[in-house]
Amino acid sequence: MPPSFHLLADAPAQLLPARELMAFTLASHIILVPLGVAFPFITLVMHYRGLRRKDPAALLLARRWSAVMAVQFALGIVTGTVLSFEFGLLWPGLMGRWGDVFGIGFGVEAWAFFLEAVLIAIYLYGWRRLKPRTHFLLGLPLPAAALLGAFGILAANSWMNTPRGFTLDAQGKPVNVDVWKAIFTPMFGPQYWHFVVAMVLTAGFMVSGVYATGWLRGRRDHYHRLGFALPFTIAAVATPVQFVLGDSLARSVFHKQPVKFAAMEIVWKTDTRVPEYIFGRLQEDGSVKGGIRIPMLDSLLAGFSVDTEVRGLSSVPPDQRPTATQATIAHWAFDVMVLVGSALVVLALWYGLIWLRYRRLPASKWFYRCAACAGVGAVVTVEAGWVAAEVGRQPWIVYENMRVAEAVTATRSTTLWVMFGIVVVVYVFLFGSFLAVLLSMRKRWRLADAQHTAGGPPPAPETDAPYGPRGPLPVGRGRPRRTGDGPADGDGPVGGDSPVGGDSPPAGPGRTGKGRR
Amino acid sequence: MTADLIAVVLLLAVAAYACAGGTDYGAGFWDLTAGGARRGSRARWLVDHAMAPVWEVNNVWLIFVLVIMWTGFPVLFQAVFSAMWVPLALAVVGMVLRGAGFVFRKPSRRLAGRRLYGAVFAVASVVTPFFLGAAVGGVASGRVAPGTEASAHAWAGPTSLVFGLGAVTATAFLGAVFLTGDARRFDAPDLVGYFRWRALGSLGVLAVLAVVTAFVLHDDSPHVWHGLTRGAGLFFVAVAVVSAVATGVLLLRVPGVWVRVAAVGAVASSVLAWGMAQRPYLLPTSLTVADAAGAPATLTWLGVVTLVALLLVVPAVVLLYWLDTHGELEELSDSDLRRSSGGATGGDGTVGGG
Repeated sequence: MPPSFHLLADAPAQLLPARELMAFTLASHIILVPLGVAFPFITLVMHYRGLRRKDPAALLLARRWSAVMAVQFALGIVTGTVLSFEFGLLWPGLMGRWGDVFGIGFGVEAWAFFLEAVLIAIYLYGWRRLKPRTHFLLGLPLPAAALLGAFGILAANSWMNTPRGFTLDAQGKPVNVDVWKAIFTPMFGPQYWHFVVAMVLTAGFMVSGVYATGWLRGRRDHYHRLGFALPFTIAAVATPVQFVLGDSLARSVFHKQPVKFAAMEIVWKTDTRVPEYIFGRLQEDGSVKGGIRIPMLDSLLAGFSVDTEVRGLSSVPPDQRPTATQATIAHWAFDVMVLVGSALVVLALWYGLIWLRYRRLPASKWFYRCAACAGVGAVVTVEAGWVAAEVGRQPWIVYENMRVAEAVTATRSTTLWVMFGIVVVVYVFLFGSFLAVLLSMRKRWRLADAQHTAGGPPPAPETDAPYGPRGPLPVGRGRPRRTGDGPADGDGPVGGDSPVGGDSPPAGPGRTGKGRR
Repeated sequence: MTADLIAVVLLLAVAAYACAGGTDYGAGFWDLTAGGARRGSRARWLVDHAMAPVWEVNNVWLIFVLVIMWTGFPVLFQAVFSAMWVPLALAVVGMVLRGAGFVFRKPSRRLAGRRLYGAVFAVASVVTPFFLGAAVGGVASGRVAPGTEASAHAWAGPTSLVFGLGAVTATAFLGAVFLTGDARRFDAPDLVGYFRWRALGSLGVLAVLAVVTAFVLHDDSPHVWHGLTRGAGLFFVAVAVVSAVATGVLLLRVPGVWVRVAAVGAVASSVLAWGMAQRPYLLPTSLTVADAAGAPATLTWLGVVTLVALLLVVPAVVLLYWLDTHGELEELSDSDLRRSSGGATGGDGTVGGG
């Protein structure tokens, strides 16, 4: 029997469901993270443009994106709460032993997140009543809060990769904790910047992809062009930067976590002139099946010289390295990330060259077809990068200090499988509803836009009323706009003193309108 | 010393979550009991609008509680999450469903969809505080010790039951008190009376439960009972009783801001009384604060992080609550998200000159 099967057999029964549950919930949460971190930033840029150039289309886009953000941020909060519970429900051994060494990052994150939740609430609900300038300025710290939150999470994760800031006593308990060293571990810097830029470009591609689809379907007015160009430009600037950052992160892994690097590149024997495999499957005996073999490239990439020695998986005992299957998974994830990432770089260069040469958006249908897929592609790179990082660290939960099997809960595997089933059903419901809500928003807006273009009156409020009779349409809102009232008088301090459309309460005794008192 | 300070911070965070999150869960309770789609529509409308800008912030307190637990007192975190596996797992599923139900209910247009999401939100709002209360009850009655394995014994005792019911009632009470004020703010005088009577009713139930809890604690949780009947524990019990009476009186007269303060005082003092009664234990009577404390350097830094964060977050939270209670925060309506044809028709006037 190959050694890795022994390892699996030794693992407690609850390890598999615990791992699957964590992987499933984290993979789902990750889809929302780019939007949580970078969507406010993109929206603020659009908002700024709207205010600066008095562009109603830009302001409308920013408002609609806010409406999407309201739903997406809430979903991110609930799926994030699940993760913090899972630290205790699934990995009590990790937190019990190491919580006081690396938990402080989460402390920073919790407060940053708190700040972000407050600011986002003010931003999302401030459109109507706050002065446009005040509203924009109150939204401005949002990206900083998001960066601070990412700081905390990445500090914790990079600590798990290169744990520092403690010594072990005779019983193997961590003592002499140095918080500063535990936060700024060797992997922290490279991981952090790689993560932040990944979030920005993914959010940019996701948002612009929606409008690229619109372009393909013939919606090419100013509104759609702006909705495409602004987020795509942000993503296109970030993508080449990410290529450099990713390359430098891979080299950090090579230096700081050589065994993980060996898994990601399926290197079995320590050697110089190591070939690079594109895909391919590592076998238990160290041979590689399938894949494209490029001689000497791995050494060259790792140390800029074919004579660079790359440590192989066989340099450590089998119980201290990923199994052949795990190494193959990490390797494939890594390759997928690099390949899709490279494709995104090409797309960004295409966009940039057209802009430099002709000062306009690309006109090719193929460009927009690619751009429409770029959002999905970017999410794939994020997921793949995460898989490569986490699977490549196996069997360790704390690199070279604690195995995943030691950290897992003692709860019976049946209970965990049941929980896994419940969570899958709940998440399908959650993300299905999210999609349904987004699609229905899109439908409503498109309908409204079509009516606007046709010159008809906006639909009567009754058509979108969920309950009962509505209050009468107020007078006073429809007055002609005064000059100098700002680009959007709905934002004006005097513009919003009576209820409109979808906002009025169901009729009842004593209703006098939802006025500001 | 630092450990004691962090323990106090943890207790304050739990109290803050009980009040902020509790108000939120309570709104869900009244959503659940509001009746059919037509009859309950006004109460639900108020719940929707009053909660929307603040519910996320209210619930972030919980994240902070968890972080202080695992960073400051890793052993406590490990023990509680191992022993209380089932109630905590159910609570987190409840939280997910609740958040999702609430956030999806608003944008869904069809009655069937709103019913489904609303029901999910409301049921989960009642179930979640019950299980959180049950978990706290298990801790208070000394059924959790480091190394205790997950079993129904840990969380299905009499203390857990009364704490669970108490948590649900307290959230209903807070929710009704806050919604009374919101009804005034949103100019719905009929709802002021509606929620005022519900607040008084839940206060009555809470009083009965408090007496029952006293008997249960006497038999089932001797350490906490001992702590509640003297010293700081007794002091906070007294504050809680006085605040509760004051809330009742204020509710009968003209409710204003003070009724909220009194209600929050009552609930927060009850939490503080429980925390004080547990001294010096985090897990009576097996794990003291000093034993559970993490590395001293970490605790100091946790204090620093808390302090810096307070300086940043408190002004932000105050601003949010201030803007909210002054009616400055309002959801984007459909008309704000529509291209306007110049503001002359239909009164949306969002994108002037569009």
